[in-house]
Amino acid sequence: MKPGSVRILPGFGLTLGYTLLYLALLVLIPLSTLFWKASSLSAGTFWAVVSSPRAVASYRLSFGTSLAAAAVNAVFGTLVAWVLVRYRFPGRLILDALVDLPFALPTAVAGIALTSLYTEKGVFGRVLAVFGIKAAFTPLGVTLALTFIGLPFVVRAVQPVLQELDPQLEEAAALLGASHWQTFHRVLLPGIRPAILTGFTLSFARALGEYGSVVFISGNMPMKTEITPLLIMTRLEQFDYAGATALALVMLLASFLLLLLVNGLQSWAALRRRAAA
Amino acid sequence: MSQGPVAVAPAASAPARINAAPGFIRGALILVAVAFLGIFLLAPAFAVFAEAFSRGFAAYVAAISDAETRSAIGLTLLAAGIAVPLNMVLGLAAAWAIARFEFRGKSLLVTLLDLPFAVSPVIAGMVFVLLFGAQGLLGSFLSDRGIQIIFTPIAIVLTTSFVTFPFVARELIPFMEALGGEQEEAAVMLGASFWQTFFRVTLPNVKWGLLYGVILCNARAMGEFGAVSVVSGHIRGATNTLPLHVEILYNEYNFAAAFAVASLLLLLALLTLVAKRAVEWRVARQLAAGERAEAGEE
Repeated sequence: MKPGSVRILPGFGLTLGYTLLYLALLVLIPLSTLFWKASSLSAGTFWAVVSSPRAVASYRLSFGTSLAAAAVNAVFGTLVAWVLVRYRFPGRLILDALVDLPFALPTAVAGIALTSLYTEKGVFGRVLAVFGIKAAFTPLGVTLALTFIGLPFVVRAVQPVLQELDPQLEEAAALLGASHWQTFHRVLLPGIRPAILTGFTLSFARALGEYGSVVFISGNMPMKTEITPLLIMTRLEQFDYAGATALALVMLLASFLLLLLVNGLQSWAALRRRAAA
Repeated sequence: MSQGPVAVAPAASAPARINAAPGFIRGALILVAVAFLGIFLLAPAFAVFAEAFSRGFAAYVAAISDAETRSAIGLTLLAAGIAVPLNMVLGLAAAWAIARFEFRGKSLLVTLLDLPFAVSPVIAGMVFVLLFGAQGLLGSFLSDRGIQIIFTPIAIVLTTSFVTFPFVARELIPFMEALGGEQEEAAVMLGASFWQTFFRVTLPNVKWGLLYGVILCNARAMGEFGAVSVVSGHIRGATNTLPLHVEILYNEYNFAAAFAVASLLLLLALLTLVAKRAVEWRVARQLAAGERAEAGEE
Protein backbone atom coordinates (compact mmCIF):
# COMPACT_ATOMS: atom_id res chain seq x y z
CA MET A 1 0.00 0.00 0.00
CA LYS A 2 1.38 3.40 -0.93
CA PRO A 3 1.02 6.14 1.69
CA GLY A 4 0.22 8.50 -1.19
CA SER A 5 -3.12 6.82 -1.76
CA VAL A 6 -4.42 7.96 1.63
CA ARG A 7 -5.36 11.47 0.63
CA ILE A 8 -8.59 11.64 2.57
CA LEU A 9 -6.90 11.53 5.97
CA PRO A 10 -7.01 14.76 7.98
CA GLY A 11 -4.33 16.21 10.21
CA PHE A 12 -1.54 16.73 7.69
CA GLY A 13 -1.11 20.44 8.35
CA LEU A 14 -1.33 20.03 12.10
CA THR A 15 1.18 17.18 12.41
CA LEU A 16 3.66 18.50 9.87
CA GLY A 17 3.43 22.00 11.32
CA TYR A 18 4.04 20.74 14.83
CA THR A 19 6.96 18.60 13.67
CA LEU A 20 8.62 21.50 11.85
CA LEU A 21 8.07 23.94 14.70
CA TYR A 22 9.47 21.59 17.34
CA LEU A 23 12.38 20.59 15.09
CA ALA A 24 13.26 24.23 14.49
CA LEU A 25 13.01 25.27 18.15
CA LEU A 26 14.83 22.36 19.74
CA VAL A 27 17.32 21.31 17.06
CA LEU A 28 17.81 23.68 14.15
CA ILE A 29 18.01 27.00 16.02
CA PRO A 30 20.43 25.68 18.67
CA LEU A 31 22.62 24.06 15.99
CA SER A 32 22.67 27.21 13.90
CA THR A 33 24.39 29.04 16.77
CA LEU A 34 27.54 27.16 15.76
CA PHE A 35 27.54 28.98 12.43
CA TRP A 36 26.61 32.27 14.09
CA LYS A 37 29.60 31.92 16.42
CA ALA A 38 31.90 30.73 13.64
CA SER A 39 31.03 33.77 11.53
CA SER A 40 32.52 35.99 14.24
CA LEU A 41 35.88 34.29 13.66
CA SER A 42 38.30 35.54 11.01
CA ALA A 43 39.60 32.91 8.61
CA GLY A 44 43.06 33.33 10.10
CA THR A 45 41.92 32.72 13.68
CA PHE A 46 39.80 29.79 12.58
CA TRP A 47 42.75 28.19 10.83
CA ALA A 48 45.08 28.87 13.75
CA VAL A 49 42.70 27.08 16.13
CA VAL A 50 41.96 24.06 13.97
CA SER A 51 45.57 23.56 12.88
CA SER A 52 47.22 24.08 16.27
CA PRO A 53 49.52 21.20 17.25
CA ARG A 54 47.26 20.28 20.18
CA ALA A 55 44.20 20.12 17.92
CA VAL A 56 46.02 18.11 15.27
CA ALA A 57 47.27 15.66 17.91
CA SER A 58 43.65 15.26 19.11
CA TYR A 59 42.38 14.58 15.54
CA ARG A 60 45.11 12.00 15.08
CA LEU A 61 44.16 10.26 18.30
CA SER A 62 40.40 10.46 17.69
CA PHE A 63 40.62 9.26 14.08
CA GLY A 64 43.25 6.60 14.77
CA THR A 65 41.57 5.03 17.78
CA SER A 66 38.07 5.27 16.21
CA LEU A 67 39.38 3.58 13.07
CA ALA A 68 41.11 0.84 15.07
CA ALA A 69 38.00 0.24 17.20
CA ALA A 70 35.73 0.12 14.14
CA ALA A 71 38.12 -2.36 12.47
CA VAL A 72 38.11 -4.62 15.55
CA ASN A 73 34.32 -4.45 15.55
CA ALA A 74 34.11 -5.20 11.82
CA VAL A 75 36.05 -8.45 12.30
CA PHE A 76 34.66 -9.62 15.63
CA GLY A 77 31.19 -8.19 15.05
CA THR A 78 30.86 -10.22 11.85
CA LEU A 79 32.07 -13.32 13.68
CA VAL A 80 29.63 -12.72 16.55
CA ALA A 81 26.76 -12.19 14.09
CA TRP A 82 27.65 -15.43 12.30
CA VAL A 83 27.82 -17.45 15.51
CA LEU A 84 24.55 -15.98 16.84
CA VAL A 85 22.67 -16.62 13.58
CA ARG A 86 24.03 -20.01 12.54
CA TYR A 87 24.91 -21.90 15.70
CA ARG A 88 22.81 -23.08 18.63
CA PHE A 89 24.42 -23.18 22.04
CA PRO A 90 23.34 -22.56 25.63
CA GLY A 91 23.20 -18.89 26.56
CA ARG A 92 22.86 -17.74 22.95
CA LEU A 93 19.66 -15.76 23.47
CA ILE A 94 21.07 -13.97 26.50
CA LEU A 95 24.27 -13.05 24.65
CA ASP A 96 22.19 -11.88 21.71
CA ALA A 97 20.17 -9.54 23.93
CA LEU A 98 23.35 -8.35 25.69
CA VAL A 99 24.86 -7.16 22.39
CA ASP A 100 22.76 -3.99 22.80
CA LEU A 101 24.21 -3.24 26.25
CA PRO A 102 26.51 -0.48 24.91
CA PHE A 103 23.39 1.29 23.55
CA ALA A 104 21.56 1.03 26.87
CA LEU A 105 24.39 1.59 29.35
CA PRO A 106 25.19 5.21 30.25
CA THR A 107 28.61 6.01 28.83
CA ALA A 108 29.97 7.21 32.17
CA VAL A 109 29.23 3.80 33.69
CA ALA A 110 30.98 2.06 30.80
CA GLY A 111 33.92 4.42 31.25
CA ILE A 112 34.53 3.75 34.93
CA ALA A 113 33.88 -0.01 34.55
CA LEU A 114 36.42 -0.34 31.74
CA THR A 115 38.93 1.78 33.63
CA SER A 116 38.65 -0.43 36.71
CA LEU A 117 39.34 -3.49 34.52
CA TYR A 118 42.33 -2.08 32.66
CA THR A 119 44.37 -0.14 35.21
CA GLU A 120 47.47 -1.91 36.47
CA LYS A 121 45.48 -3.19 39.45
CA GLY A 122 42.53 -4.30 37.34
CA VAL A 123 41.71 -7.85 36.26
CA PHE A 124 42.77 -7.40 32.63
CA GLY A 125 45.34 -4.70 33.36
CA ARG A 126 47.37 -7.12 35.49
CA VAL A 127 47.40 -9.71 32.70
CA LEU A 128 48.48 -7.12 30.14
CA ALA A 129 51.16 -5.80 32.52
CA VAL A 130 52.82 -9.24 32.44
CA PHE A 131 53.45 -8.62 28.74
CA GLY A 132 54.57 -5.07 29.43
CA ILE A 133 51.42 -3.57 27.92
CA LYS A 134 49.77 -0.55 29.51
CA ALA A 135 46.14 -0.10 28.55
CA ALA A 136 44.58 2.50 30.85
CA PHE A 137 45.69 6.09 30.17
CA THR A 138 47.12 5.18 26.74
CA PRO A 139 45.66 5.21 23.21
CA LEU A 140 45.06 1.46 23.66
CA GLY A 141 42.66 2.24 26.50
CA VAL A 142 40.83 4.77 24.31
CA THR A 143 40.54 2.11 21.60
CA LEU A 144 39.11 -0.39 24.09
CA ALA A 145 36.43 2.06 25.22
CA LEU A 146 35.53 2.91 21.63
CA THR A 147 35.35 -0.79 20.75
CA PHE A 148 32.81 -1.25 23.54
CA ILE A 149 30.74 1.72 22.34
CA GLY A 150 30.73 0.59 18.70
CA LEU A 151 30.22 -3.13 19.32
CA PRO A 152 26.48 -3.37 18.50
CA PHE A 153 26.65 -1.57 15.15
CA VAL A 154 28.36 -4.26 13.04
CA VAL A 155 26.58 -7.16 14.75
CA ARG A 156 23.16 -5.57 14.24
CA ALA A 157 23.94 -4.60 10.63
CA VAL A 158 25.19 -8.06 9.61
CA GLN A 159 22.73 -10.24 11.57
CA PRO A 160 19.59 -9.65 9.45
CA VAL A 161 21.51 -10.06 6.20
CA LEU A 162 22.96 -13.39 7.35
CA GLN A 163 19.50 -14.47 8.39
CA GLU A 164 18.15 -13.84 4.90
CA LEU A 165 21.10 -15.45 3.14
CA ASP A 166 20.11 -18.83 1.78
CA PRO A 167 22.24 -21.62 3.32
CA GLN A 168 21.66 -23.55 0.10
CA LEU A 169 24.17 -21.26 -1.59
CA GLU A 170 26.83 -22.43 0.82
CA GLU A 171 25.71 -26.02 0.42
CA ALA A 172 25.94 -25.70 -3.34
CA ALA A 173 29.42 -24.22 -3.06
CA ALA A 174 30.48 -27.07 -0.80
CA LEU A 175 29.00 -29.66 -3.15
CA LEU A 176 30.91 -28.09 -6.02
CA GLY A 177 34.08 -28.70 -4.06
CA ALA A 178 34.76 -25.30 -2.48
CA SER A 179 36.77 -25.32 0.75
CA HIS A 180 35.40 -23.60 3.86
CA TRP A 181 37.63 -20.63 3.24
CA GLN A 182 36.57 -20.41 -0.41
CA THR A 183 32.91 -20.64 0.56
CA PHE A 184 33.35 -17.84 3.06
CA HIS A 185 35.43 -15.69 0.77
CA ARG A 186 33.56 -16.18 -2.52
CA VAL A 187 29.99 -16.91 -1.44
CA LEU A 188 29.33 -15.38 1.98
CA LEU A 189 31.51 -12.30 2.06
CA PRO A 190 30.19 -10.65 -1.13
CA GLY A 191 26.66 -10.89 0.28
CA ILE A 192 27.42 -9.36 3.66
CA ARG A 193 30.14 -6.89 2.65
CA PRO A 194 27.81 -3.84 2.37
CA ALA A 195 26.36 -4.62 5.80
CA ILE A 196 29.83 -4.93 7.34
CA LEU A 197 30.86 -1.62 5.78
CA THR A 198 27.69 0.10 7.01
CA GLY A 199 28.26 -1.21 10.54
CA PHE A 200 31.92 -0.22 10.36
CA THR A 201 31.07 3.34 9.30
CA LEU A 202 28.34 3.76 11.94
CA SER A 203 30.68 2.45 14.60
CA PHE A 204 33.43 4.79 13.40
CA ALA A 205 31.09 7.80 13.38
CA ARG A 206 29.83 7.04 16.88
CA ALA A 207 33.39 6.60 18.16
CA LEU A 208 34.53 9.95 16.73
CA GLY A 209 32.05 11.91 18.83
CA GLU A 210 32.18 9.70 21.92
CA TYR A 211 33.03 11.41 25.18
CA GLY A 212 31.73 9.73 28.36
CA SER A 213 33.29 6.30 28.09
CA VAL A 214 36.65 7.67 26.98
CA VAL A 215 37.43 10.43 29.47
CA PHE A 216 37.89 8.05 32.39
CA ILE A 217 40.21 5.56 30.71
CA SER A 218 42.20 8.01 28.57
CA GLY A 219 43.92 10.02 31.28
CA ASN A 220 43.34 13.15 29.17
CA MET A 221 46.94 14.23 28.64
CA PRO A 222 47.17 17.02 26.05
CA MET A 223 49.05 15.93 22.90
CA LYS A 224 48.99 12.31 24.07
CA THR A 225 45.59 10.98 25.13
CA GLU A 226 43.28 13.92 24.54
CA ILE A 227 40.43 13.19 22.09
CA THR A 228 38.87 16.04 20.10
CA PRO A 229 35.53 16.11 22.02
CA LEU A 230 37.52 16.49 25.25
CA LEU A 231 39.56 19.33 23.76
CA ILE A 232 36.26 21.06 22.89
CA MET A 233 35.11 20.53 26.47
CA THR A 234 38.36 22.04 27.78
CA ARG A 235 37.97 25.10 25.54
CA LEU A 236 34.39 25.54 26.81
CA GLU A 237 35.50 25.32 30.41
CA GLN A 238 38.03 28.06 29.69
CA PHE A 239 35.18 30.12 28.14
CA ASP A 240 37.02 30.00 24.81
CA TYR A 241 33.75 29.64 22.88
CA ALA A 242 35.28 30.67 19.55
CA GLY A 243 37.97 28.00 19.78
CA ALA A 244 35.42 25.37 20.81
CA THR A 245 33.18 26.36 17.88
CA ALA A 246 35.99 26.05 15.33
CA LEU A 247 36.84 22.55 16.55
CA ALA A 248 33.15 21.59 16.67
CA LEU A 249 32.77 22.60 13.02
CA VAL A 250 35.67 20.34 12.03
CA MET A 251 33.95 17.46 13.83
CA LEU A 252 30.57 18.27 12.29
CA LEU A 253 32.12 18.23 8.84
CA ALA A 254 33.65 14.82 9.55
CA SER A 255 30.36 13.36 10.78
CA PHE A 256 28.47 14.89 7.86
CA LEU A 257 30.84 13.20 5.39
CA LEU A 258 30.41 9.90 7.24
CA LEU A 259 26.62 10.27 7.15
CA LEU A 260 26.80 10.71 3.38
CA LEU A 261 28.98 7.61 3.18
CA VAL A 262 26.49 5.57 5.21
CA ASN A 263 23.61 6.66 2.97
CA GLY A 264 25.66 5.73 -0.08
CA LEU A 265 26.50 2.34 1.40
CA GLN A 266 22.89 1.67 2.27
CA SER A 267 21.64 2.40 -1.23
CA TRP A 268 24.44 0.18 -2.56
CA ALA A 269 23.27 -2.59 -0.26
CA ALA A 270 19.64 -2.10 -1.37
CA LEU A 271 20.73 -2.32 -5.02
CA ARG A 272 22.61 -5.55 -4.30
CA ARG A 273 19.60 -7.04 -2.55
CA ARG A 274 17.38 -6.18 -5.47
CA ALA A 275 19.91 -7.65 -7.91
CA ALA A 276 20.02 -10.83 -5.82
CA ALA A 277 16.25 -11.16 -5.58
CA MET B 1 -6.29 -8.48 12.98
CA SER B 2 -6.15 -12.15 13.91
CA GLN B 3 -4.91 -13.11 17.32
CA GLY B 4 -4.09 -16.76 16.72
CA PRO B 5 -0.67 -18.21 17.35
CA VAL B 6 1.72 -16.78 14.83
CA ALA B 7 4.91 -18.12 13.37
CA VAL B 8 7.29 -15.31 14.30
CA ALA B 9 9.72 -14.05 11.64
CA PRO B 10 11.41 -16.58 9.41
CA ALA B 11 12.89 -18.97 11.96
CA ALA B 12 16.64 -18.47 11.77
CA SER B 13 17.81 -20.83 9.08
CA ALA B 14 18.78 -24.22 10.39
CA PRO B 15 22.52 -24.78 10.38
CA ALA B 16 23.59 -25.86 6.91
CA ARG B 17 24.09 -29.59 7.07
CA ILE B 18 26.15 -30.35 3.99
CA ASN B 19 28.50 -27.48 4.52
CA ALA B 20 28.47 -27.75 8.28
CA ALA B 21 31.93 -26.84 9.47
CA PRO B 22 33.67 -29.64 11.30
CA GLY B 23 33.02 -29.60 15.03
CA PHE B 24 36.33 -28.02 15.97
CA ILE B 25 35.94 -25.02 13.66
CA ARG B 26 32.43 -24.41 14.88
CA GLY B 27 33.55 -24.85 18.50
CA ALA B 28 36.45 -22.46 17.99
CA LEU B 29 34.20 -19.82 16.40
CA ILE B 30 31.68 -20.05 19.24
CA LEU B 31 34.51 -19.83 21.75
CA VAL B 32 36.02 -16.72 20.14
CA ALA B 33 32.61 -15.02 19.91
CA VAL B 34 31.73 -15.81 23.51
CA ALA B 35 35.19 -14.72 24.70
CA PHE B 36 34.90 -11.41 22.80
CA LEU B 37 31.44 -10.68 24.23
CA GLY B 38 32.59 -11.87 27.66
CA ILE B 39 35.59 -9.52 27.71
CA PHE B 40 33.78 -6.51 26.30
CA LEU B 41 30.26 -6.85 27.72
CA LEU B 42 30.07 -9.24 30.66
CA ALA B 43 33.33 -8.24 32.33
CA PRO B 44 32.46 -4.52 32.60
CA ALA B 45 28.99 -5.42 33.93
CA PHE B 46 30.47 -7.73 36.59
CA ALA B 47 33.12 -5.13 37.42
CA VAL B 48 30.42 -2.59 38.26
CA PHE B 49 28.73 -4.89 40.77
CA ALA B 50 32.03 -6.16 42.21
CA GLU B 51 33.31 -2.63 42.83
CA ALA B 52 29.93 -1.47 44.11
CA PHE B 53 29.95 -4.07 46.87
CA SER B 54 33.70 -3.88 47.56
CA ARG B 55 33.07 -2.00 50.81
CA GLY B 56 30.23 -4.23 51.84
CA PHE B 57 26.48 -4.12 51.63
CA ALA B 58 26.01 -1.38 54.24
CA ALA B 59 28.31 1.01 52.35
CA TYR B 60 26.38 0.23 49.18
CA VAL B 61 23.05 1.07 50.76
CA ALA B 62 24.53 4.22 52.30
CA ALA B 63 25.86 5.35 48.91
CA ILE B 64 22.60 4.91 47.06
CA SER B 65 20.43 6.40 49.78
CA ASP B 66 22.68 9.42 50.31
CA ALA B 67 20.91 12.80 50.01
CA GLU B 68 22.97 13.89 47.00
CA THR B 69 22.27 10.61 45.24
CA ARG B 70 18.57 11.03 45.91
CA SER B 71 18.59 14.53 44.49
CA ALA B 72 20.47 13.23 41.43
CA ILE B 73 17.84 10.51 41.00
CA GLY B 74 15.17 13.21 41.23
CA LEU B 75 16.74 15.36 38.53
CA THR B 76 17.31 12.35 36.25
CA LEU B 77 13.65 11.37 36.62
CA LEU B 78 12.57 14.94 35.99
CA ALA B 79 14.69 15.28 32.84
CA ALA B 80 13.47 11.96 31.43
CA GLY B 81 9.92 12.70 32.60
CA ILE B 82 9.84 15.84 30.45
CA ALA B 83 12.06 14.84 27.52
CA VAL B 84 10.42 11.47 26.85
CA PRO B 85 6.79 12.69 26.59
CA LEU B 86 7.89 15.68 24.47
CA ASN B 87 9.71 13.43 22.02
CA MET B 88 6.87 10.94 22.11
CA VAL B 89 4.42 13.60 20.90
CA LEU B 90 6.92 14.66 18.25
CA GLY B 91 7.34 11.03 17.17
CA LEU B 92 3.59 10.58 16.78
CA ALA B 93 3.16 13.84 14.86
CA ALA B 94 6.14 13.20 12.61
CA ALA B 95 5.08 9.61 11.93
CA TRP B 96 1.53 10.70 11.06
CA ALA B 97 2.79 13.32 8.60
CA ILE B 98 5.58 11.21 7.10
CA ALA B 99 4.03 7.75 7.01
CA ARG B 100 0.57 8.83 5.85
CA PHE B 101 1.26 11.60 3.34
CA GLU B 102 3.49 12.33 0.37
CA PHE B 103 5.04 15.77 0.22
CA ARG B 104 8.06 17.53 -1.21
CA GLY B 105 11.16 17.57 0.99
CA LYS B 106 10.05 14.49 2.89
CA SER B 107 13.40 12.73 2.69
CA LEU B 108 15.16 15.94 3.77
CA LEU B 109 12.85 16.12 6.79
CA VAL B 110 13.61 12.49 7.69
CA THR B 111 17.34 13.29 7.53
CA LEU B 112 16.90 16.41 9.68
CA LEU B 113 15.01 14.42 12.31
CA ASP B 114 18.11 12.23 12.72
CA LEU B 115 20.44 15.21 13.09
CA PRO B 116 20.88 14.99 16.89
CA PHE B 117 22.33 11.48 16.42
CA ALA B 118 25.00 12.80 14.08
CA VAL B 119 26.54 15.33 16.46
CA SER B 120 28.87 14.55 19.33
CA PRO B 121 27.22 14.83 22.78
CA VAL B 122 29.73 17.54 23.65
CA ILE B 123 28.57 19.62 20.68
CA ALA B 124 24.94 18.95 21.61
CA GLY B 125 25.53 20.54 25.00
CA MET B 126 27.70 23.28 23.59
CA VAL B 127 25.04 24.66 21.22
CA PHE B 128 22.86 25.46 24.24
CA VAL B 129 25.75 27.28 25.88
CA LEU B 130 26.18 29.27 22.65
CA LEU B 131 22.46 30.05 22.69
CA PHE B 132 21.79 30.82 26.36
CA GLY B 133 25.24 31.25 27.94
CA ALA B 134 26.61 34.58 29.18
CA GLN B 135 28.37 35.22 25.85
CA GLY B 136 25.66 33.43 23.90
CA LEU B 137 23.28 34.64 21.23
CA LEU B 138 20.52 35.38 23.76
CA GLY B 139 22.94 35.89 26.66
CA SER B 140 22.51 39.63 27.22
CA PHE B 141 18.78 39.50 26.49
CA LEU B 142 18.35 36.87 29.22
CA SER B 143 20.71 38.40 31.78
CA ASP B 144 18.97 41.81 31.42
CA ARG B 145 15.80 40.08 32.54
CA GLY B 146 17.54 38.11 35.26
CA ILE B 147 16.88 34.78 33.59
CA GLN B 148 19.47 32.07 34.00
CA ILE B 149 19.22 28.91 31.89
CA ILE B 150 22.70 27.42 31.63
CA PHE B 151 23.75 25.65 34.86
CA THR B 152 20.09 25.15 35.86
CA PRO B 153 17.81 22.12 35.56
CA ILE B 154 16.13 23.83 32.57
CA ALA B 155 19.34 23.40 30.57
CA ILE B 156 19.54 19.74 31.61
CA VAL B 157 15.99 19.15 30.40
CA LEU B 158 16.66 20.98 27.10
CA THR B 159 19.87 19.09 26.26
CA THR B 160 18.29 15.78 27.27
CA SER B 161 15.39 16.52 24.93
CA PHE B 162 17.86 17.39 22.17
CA VAL B 163 19.93 14.21 22.36
CA THR B 164 16.87 11.94 22.64
CA PHE B 165 14.91 13.83 19.97
CA PRO B 166 14.97 11.20 17.17
CA PHE B 167 14.35 7.99 19.15
CA VAL B 168 10.54 7.66 19.01
CA ALA B 169 10.17 9.16 15.53
CA ARG B 170 12.73 6.88 13.91
CA GLU B 171 11.05 3.76 15.33
CA LEU B 172 7.49 4.88 14.68
CA ILE B 173 7.84 6.10 11.08
CA PRO B 174 8.84 2.72 9.55
CA PHE B 175 6.38 0.94 11.85
CA MET B 176 3.42 3.07 10.73
CA GLU B 177 4.54 2.74 7.12
CA ALA B 178 4.56 -1.05 7.48
CA LEU B 179 1.09 -1.07 9.07
CA GLY B 180 -0.47 0.91 6.22
CA GLY B 181 -3.29 3.42 6.50
CA GLU B 182 -6.41 1.50 5.45
CA GLN B 183 -7.91 1.34 8.92
CA GLU B 184 -7.52 5.07 9.51
CA GLU B 185 -8.93 5.74 6.07
CA ALA B 186 -11.95 3.58 6.84
CA ALA B 187 -12.52 5.35 10.15
CA VAL B 188 -12.46 8.76 8.47
CA MET B 189 -14.82 7.62 5.72
CA LEU B 190 -17.23 6.43 8.39
CA GLY B 191 -17.20 9.97 9.77
CA ALA B 192 -14.58 9.87 12.53
CA SER B 193 -12.75 13.10 13.24
CA PHE B 194 -8.95 13.39 13.24
CA TRP B 195 -8.70 13.02 17.01
CA GLN B 196 -11.18 10.15 17.12
CA THR B 197 -9.23 8.33 14.41
CA PHE B 198 -5.97 9.05 16.18
CA PHE B 199 -7.05 7.89 19.64
CA ARG B 200 -9.31 4.99 18.65
CA VAL B 201 -7.49 3.56 15.62
CA THR B 202 -3.91 4.76 15.31
CA LEU B 203 -2.83 4.76 18.93
CA PRO B 204 -4.03 1.21 19.70
CA ASN B 205 -2.40 0.00 16.48
CA VAL B 206 0.99 1.57 17.06
CA LYS B 207 1.22 1.07 20.81
CA TRP B 208 4.00 -1.54 20.66
CA GLY B 209 6.06 0.41 18.17
CA LEU B 210 5.55 3.51 20.29
CA LEU B 211 6.55 1.71 23.47
CA TYR B 212 9.69 0.42 21.75
CA GLY B 213 10.77 3.96 20.87
CA VAL B 214 9.89 5.19 24.36
CA ILE B 215 12.04 2.49 26.00
CA LEU B 216 15.09 3.45 23.91
CA CYS B 217 14.41 7.16 24.40
CA ASN B 218 14.12 6.76 28.15
CA ALA B 219 17.36 4.77 28.44
CA ARG B 220 19.29 7.50 26.68
CA ALA B 221 17.50 10.29 28.57
CA MET B 222 18.42 8.82 31.94
CA GLY B 223 21.94 7.90 30.88
CA GLU B 224 23.11 10.92 28.89
CA PHE B 225 26.42 12.19 30.16
CA GLY B 226 28.50 14.28 27.73
CA ALA B 227 25.81 16.75 26.70
CA VAL B 228 24.40 17.42 30.17
CA SER B 229 27.93 17.61 31.53
CA VAL B 230 28.54 20.71 29.37
CA VAL B 231 25.47 22.61 30.58
CA SER B 232 25.14 21.40 34.15
CA GLY B 233 27.90 23.22 35.97
CA HIS B 234 27.98 20.20 38.31
CA ILE B 235 26.20 21.93 41.16
CA ARG B 236 25.61 19.26 43.77
CA GLY B 237 22.08 18.77 44.86
CA ALA B 238 20.91 21.17 42.14
CA THR B 239 22.09 20.30 38.63
CA ASN B 240 23.52 16.84 39.14
CA THR B 241 22.01 13.91 37.28
CA LEU B 242 22.86 10.30 38.12
CA PRO B 243 25.59 9.89 35.47
CA LEU B 244 27.15 13.21 36.53
CA HIS B 245 26.99 12.12 40.16
CA VAL B 246 28.91 8.96 39.21
CA GLU B 247 31.62 11.14 37.69
CA ILE B 248 31.88 13.41 40.73
CA LEU B 249 32.17 10.51 43.17
CA TYR B 250 34.71 8.81 40.92
CA ASN B 251 36.87 11.90 40.59
CA GLU B 252 36.87 12.20 44.38
CA TYR B 253 38.32 8.67 44.53
CA ASN B 254 35.14 7.57 46.26
CA PHE B 255 35.13 4.51 44.01
CA ALA B 256 32.79 2.23 45.93
CA ALA B 257 30.11 4.93 46.05
CA ALA B 258 30.65 5.82 42.37
CA PHE B 259 30.15 2.19 41.38
CA ALA B 260 27.18 1.82 43.72
CA VAL B 261 25.40 4.66 41.92
CA ALA B 262 26.64 3.24 38.60
CA SER B 263 25.06 -0.10 39.49
CA LEU B 264 21.65 1.59 39.57
CA LEU B 265 22.22 2.79 36.02
CA LEU B 266 23.45 -0.67 35.00
CA LEU B 267 20.27 -2.22 36.41
CA LEU B 268 18.27 0.29 34.42
CA ALA B 269 20.21 -0.72 31.28
CA LEU B 270 19.60 -4.42 31.88
CA LEU B 271 15.91 -3.75 32.49
CA THR B 272 15.85 -1.78 29.24
CA LEU B 273 17.32 -4.73 27.34
CA VAL B 274 14.72 -7.12 28.74
CA ALA B 275 11.83 -4.76 27.98
CA LYS B 276 13.25 -4.07 24.52
CA ARG B 277 13.39 -7.78 23.70
CA ALA B 278 9.84 -8.36 24.90
CA VAL B 279 8.48 -5.46 22.84
CA GLU B 280 10.54 -6.46 19.78
CA TRP B 281 8.78 -9.79 19.90
CA ARG B 282 5.34 -8.17 20.09
CA VAL B 283 6.18 -5.86 17.17
CA ALA B 284 7.37 -8.74 14.98
CA ARG B 285 4.20 -10.64 15.84
CA GLN B 286 1.93 -7.74 14.95
CA LEU B 287 3.69 -7.07 11.64
CA ALA B 288 3.63 -10.76 10.72
CA ALA B 289 -0.11 -10.92 11.52
CA GLY B 290 -0.69 -7.85 9.37
CA GLU B 291 1.19 -9.41 6.47
CA ARG B 292 -0.80 -12.60 6.70
CA ALA B 293 -4.08 -10.68 6.83
CA GLU B 294 -3.03 -8.83 3.68
CA ALA B 295 -2.04 -12.06 1.95
CA GLY B 296 -5.42 -13.50 2.89
CA GLU B 297 -7.26 -10.62 1.21
CA GLU B 298 -5.51 -11.12 -2.10
